[in-house]
Amino acid sequence: MTVDAVIIGSGPGGSTAADVLTAAGWTVAIVEKGRNHLLDPDDLTRPASDFSNDEIKFHNRFFLGPDPIVEPRTFRTSEDDGDRTYVGEVNSVPSTVGGGGTHADGKVPRFRADDFRLLSRFGPQPDADVADWPVDYDELEPYYTEVERSVGVAGTDGANPFAEARSGPFPMPSGAPMFGAIRSAAAAERLGYHPYPAPTAANSIPYDGRPACNNCGFCSFFGCPIHAKGDPVAMLRRTMATGRAELLSETFVSRIRTEGRRATGVDLVGPDGAERFLPARHVIVAAGAIETPRLLLLSGLEHPLIGRYFMAHFQTLSAGSMPFRTYAERGRAVTHVHDDMIVGDDAARAAAAEAGLPWIRGGLVEHSGAALPIMEAKHYPWGSMHPGLMADSPIRGRLWAFIMQGEDLPYLHNRVDLDPTVRDARGFPVARVTYRPGRHELVASGHFGPRLAAILQEMGAEWTAVTTSPGGGNAESPEAIPESRHNVGTTRMGTDPATSVVDPNGRLHDFDNVVVADSSVFVTSAGYGPTLTLVALAARAAHLLAGTSPQA
Amino acid sequence: MPVWLTDQEVGVLAAACDRVIPAGDTGPGASEAGVPGYIDGLLGAFTFDPPRIWAGGPTSGRMGGDARFAHFHRLSVLDELAWRIRIEGSRGIPEREFNGPVIGLQEQYRNGLAALGEDFGELDGDEQDARLRADPEFATLLYGHACEGMYGAPEYGGNRDGAGWAAIGFAGDVQPRGWTDAEVTAP
Repeated sequence: MTVDAVIIGSGPGGSTAADVLTAAGWTVAIVEKGRNHLLDPDDLTRPASDFSNDEIKFHNRFFLGPDPIVEPRTFRTSEDDGDRTYVGEVNSVPSTVGGGGTHADGKVPRFRADDFRLLSRFGPQPDADVADWPVDYDELEPYYTEVERSVGVAGTDGANPFAEARSGPFPMPSGAPMFGAIRSAAAAERLGYHPYPAPTAANSIPYDGRPACNNCGFCSFFGCPIHAKGDPVAMLRRTMATGRAELLSETFVSRIRTEGRRATGVDLVGPDGAERFLPARHVIVAAGAIETPRLLLLSGLEHPLIGRYFMAHFQTLSAGSMPFRTYAERGRAVTHVHDDMIVGDDAARAAAAEAGLPWIRGGLVEHSGAALPIMEAKHYPWGSMHPGLMADSPIRGRLWAFIMQGEDLPYLHNRVDLDPTVRDARGFPVARVTYRPGRHELVASGHFGPRLAAILQEMGAEWTAVTTSPGGGNAESPEAIPESRHNVGTTRMGTDPATSVVDPNGRLHDFDNVVVADSSVFVTSAGYGPTLTLVALAARAAHLLAGTSPQA
Repeated sequence: MPVWLTDQEVGVLAAACDRVIPAGDTGPGASEAGVPGYIDGLLGAFTFDPPRIWAGGPTSGRMGGDARFAHFHRLSVLDELAWRIRIEGSRGIPEREFNGPVIGLQEQYRNGLAALGEDFGELDGDEQDARLRADPEFATLLYGHACEGMYGAPEYGGNRDGAGWAAIGFAGDVQPRGWTDAEVTAP
């Protein structure tokens, strides 16, 4: 049977496309290479019960995948490094039903209008290919509104003075503010910043048949045991309930088959290794900004910009140890953020000028702590100091931190391609990431890092430290690899087929029925987590395909 | 009865675990907390069916709900391949060597413990440290697993009776109770 659409990837993008298309009457097959731990295998309209407060399972044993032994990636900082300097885990997002939505702690801010028009608003940057998006905030706003409702987002209207206009309120009020965040937000305000309750895809009240978050604290990098998180469980349950969708988990798409300007379907490798062809009228690629270009390249598609302009956020982490417990293990990981370091000010303009750059932009700053004891323990040296450090707990019990999701500019040399020799366990070439931060990222981090530390000092920190991800070190060091998980930008969207891979609707310029519905299409990385924007774009792409409109 | 290591190896392992995580003012050292059992359980994970890789969900029963952690997940074909390679190594088996040979944890521990020496437990602390430092890669591996066994869920064989958590004032897995809004905002 030929399905109306095969959707490759069951993360937030693919799930959203599936939800919109099945609601419009389409039949879809959702193909996911990872396992299904999200939905009850006996009734795919119900959530499963596999997730738990288990640091070993989620942090140390790859429960959500991918396991780098069987699905490695490779890395290098530039072509000068040779074929690669590292084989293993490279900024991986879960490979599982629900994709990155399962492990995200659900901060889902909208972008601001400026984020879609860097070139016209601020001008070019040396070495970077800064460009405007072919869609703007106003075009995307109705889709933001729709997906905030379908994902389930809690927030406080009017709390962020820099936010753009909204056509409707947040679907839920903000949840309980964390003890440490109340104090870091107060310190930030005293220094003139504008912190606000983070728009969060975790239920603050019972919503859409799922319970309110009970603040268990095992949020970032964990699946939610009670399904209070706005991972794609809501979209997938609705999709399966239509009876028009099939979910093929543990199934790998090895190739999109094409004839002329059309795709005819995809080649699949099933859980048992058996290969088959799945015919489809449309192909929706939503495998994430590393696996999506990998698949396009495995399929032999030849646009020269496939995989180019990989971006991942250059993170600046400022941590401080407080003279009091911060209770970071209670609550939903991050309850406060501020936008001031994206918006910029006179000091940032002066820092740019001093560095000889036209402008710098930081990123959203997340106020958070560290909650997990195994992670903490591994940071301390072994030996006689261990028990005292763990009991005193300067980097868990008393730590508070800011993570700035620094905007990463698009550079032609930062890219995803196929590794020439390294294979996955199925025998296919793996994705190779070539990445190094540019001068803009380093200058911006250098400017904002000490300012983040100053807020922690205002909060009372006994000591502070500033680090970045990727960190320093040489190309061989794993610290050269970004860890943000915010991979974007490898099938750039645009109107000109010479400078972009997909058109403004997400469709490949070269193929009439292949649409990319994930963060690969991002033109620039903004300084915000990509999830809500990629979901809004996926909803828009699906509505445009089906000829339907977003629900106001 | 150890699952995979020999009694003699467990003795060396226990002494090494106590050297990397000794007893403190607030709790026991690693061996009393069951850490050698955690590591032996990982090395022998495939002795069990399902293999003891991923504890079940959603709750352990410690804070209410059913005691599901002890019901370990089944592995897929790909999961089993990954974990057999990680634990057992590739052993020259072609389907495990798609990117070349891999030395597994079993071999790393067998060699690492042998290098520490049968007499490791009888040495003074400085000499134990010197032997651990002689192979930093193995010491890092051992310490990482010791941290997991000390502060991870007890269903994996370590953190006996939650002793590791109690020593540091950590509540452990808190579902389905969670924390009230008041406990989050004004503890």
